[in-house]
Amino acid sequence: MTSTSAAQARPSLGFHGRSFMAYALKPQAPIADWLGELDKWARNSPGFFQGRAIVLDLAAVRLSETATAHLIGELSERGIRIIGIEGLGATEKLGPNFPPLLKGGRATPVEDASHANQKSVHPEPASLLLEEPVRSGQSVIFPYGDVTVLGQVASGAEIVAGGSIHIYGALRGRALAGSMGNGRARIFCRKNEAELLAIDGYYRTTEDIDASLRNRPIQAWLDGDVLKVAAVE
Amino acid sequence: MTAKVVVVTSGKGGVGKTTTTAALGAALAQGNQKVALIDFDVGLRNLDLVMGAERRVVYDLINVVQGVAKLPQALIKDKRIETLWLLPASQTRDKDALTEDGVGRVIAELRETYDWIICDSPAGIERGATLAMRFADTAVIVTNPEVSSVRDSDRIIGLLDSKTEKAEKGQRVDKHILITRFDPARAARGEMLTIEDVLEILSTPLLGIIPESQEVLRASNIGSPVTLSDPASGPARAYLDAARRLKGENVPMAIPGDRKRLFNRLFGRRAA
Repeated sequence: MTSTSAAQARPSLGFHGRSFMAYALKPQAPIADWLGELDKWARNSPGFFQGRAIVLDLAAVRLSETATAHLIGELSERGIRIIGIEGLGATEKLGPNFPPLLKGGRATPVEDASHANQKSVHPEPASLLLEEPVRSGQSVIFPYGDVTVLGQVASGAEIVAGGSIHIYGALRGRALAGSMGNGRARIFCRKNEAELLAIDGYYRTTEDIDASLRNRPIQAWLDGDVLKVAAVE
Repeated sequence: MTAKVVVVTSGKGGVGKTTTTAALGAALAQGNQKVALIDFDVGLRNLDLVMGAERRVVYDLINVVQGVAKLPQALIKDKRIETLWLLPASQTRDKDALTEDGVGRVIAELRETYDWIICDSPAGIERGATLAMRFADTAVIVTNPEVSSVRDSDRIIGLLDSKTEKAEKGQRVDKHILITRFDPARAARGEMLTIEDVLEILSTPLLGIIPESQEVLRASNIGSPVTLSDPASGPARAYLDAARRLKGENVPMAIPGDRKRLFNRLFGRRAA
């Protein structure tokens, strides 16, 4: 009785077959040179591999298990995630810690990498320009890029930007740059009276900013995990 | 006749909004302008006391907003100046009794027969304050030369630029800073912000500088706007100048002190 009702109530596992497009990378010997070429190519197409499913095709090389692990590690450092391996000989096997071995892949037309390249070199301009002063209590949140303020940012006001923040007046409130995890964002202002500066979550309050930098033009940037502030003259 | 609606506001309490409303209102009325003062500080009304009209309040703003009384029944005529009127707040109610429609109707009706409608805002940024500024054409932002008052004023300027009817229509409320309780000697010693500091932070034009003076407290205790109780005093002359600037006149900026009082009295008589 109990087992019957349990069988009836059991929900579907949602177990279906599905096919997706993956990119296959086919390294050539010597691996070191091939990685060098890959780096050169990636510099022109930053972010190309981000979030993409990549399969490692080892048909053109003969690598030991250790060498394969090393190669996967090298790719992972470049932000390339390997979801499967193909092209191994019938007798070759890899340990359980490796991505699954795939068979029967078919070639499909690939989106032109040079096209993707163009897109990333000329991205949509993402910036916000504020011509009015930002008043106390106002909060300007712009996660898509840089924020430029022509006036001042009052005490008790805040600017939160995905990119850098440029303030041509006095900064008396808070400026939080790189809010979406961009450690290369910076903060610039013509007159520093900031209550708080933050980049990618690392912050300094007035107390932790060198008093000699008060009322002066400054920039702030992230050096590792230290928020640095210096005068810009 | 289309009146100019002025809100006297500050964010912070105790900086001199009610004193300013009374003094500017009386100064404008002394120049033969027809002026209505509205107290928006429902529950904590003060303007009736400062105007010396507390014993004559029968109906109030809430009664008019709710349709219990007609506007002419609630308006109190000043005993000293023919053209000065007061619409008092209710002391027994709170700000929730104010409605936007009701306030809009009162102001629209006053606009037809007055030159100036001056709204005395309560402190804070809640309902009373937002309704006081809601229909304003012009704002006088009262600021003391100290950091908390200046920051609150900055917050209020942000609201004037976003929450008023004019702002929502894409127009601008004219904004003016009025610095009150200013003591030049203390500012020079660095004990209070200077005029330049305040204006730089608020980046808004200056309407006037009212010097710190015993006369303000004395006037308030005898129930008289400072421009009537002692027109030769420093604050009175500063308010009279500010009222002329509000009318669009070009009056050079000065900080009248109390010390010159005797000289000015003699001079004033001779001129008259």
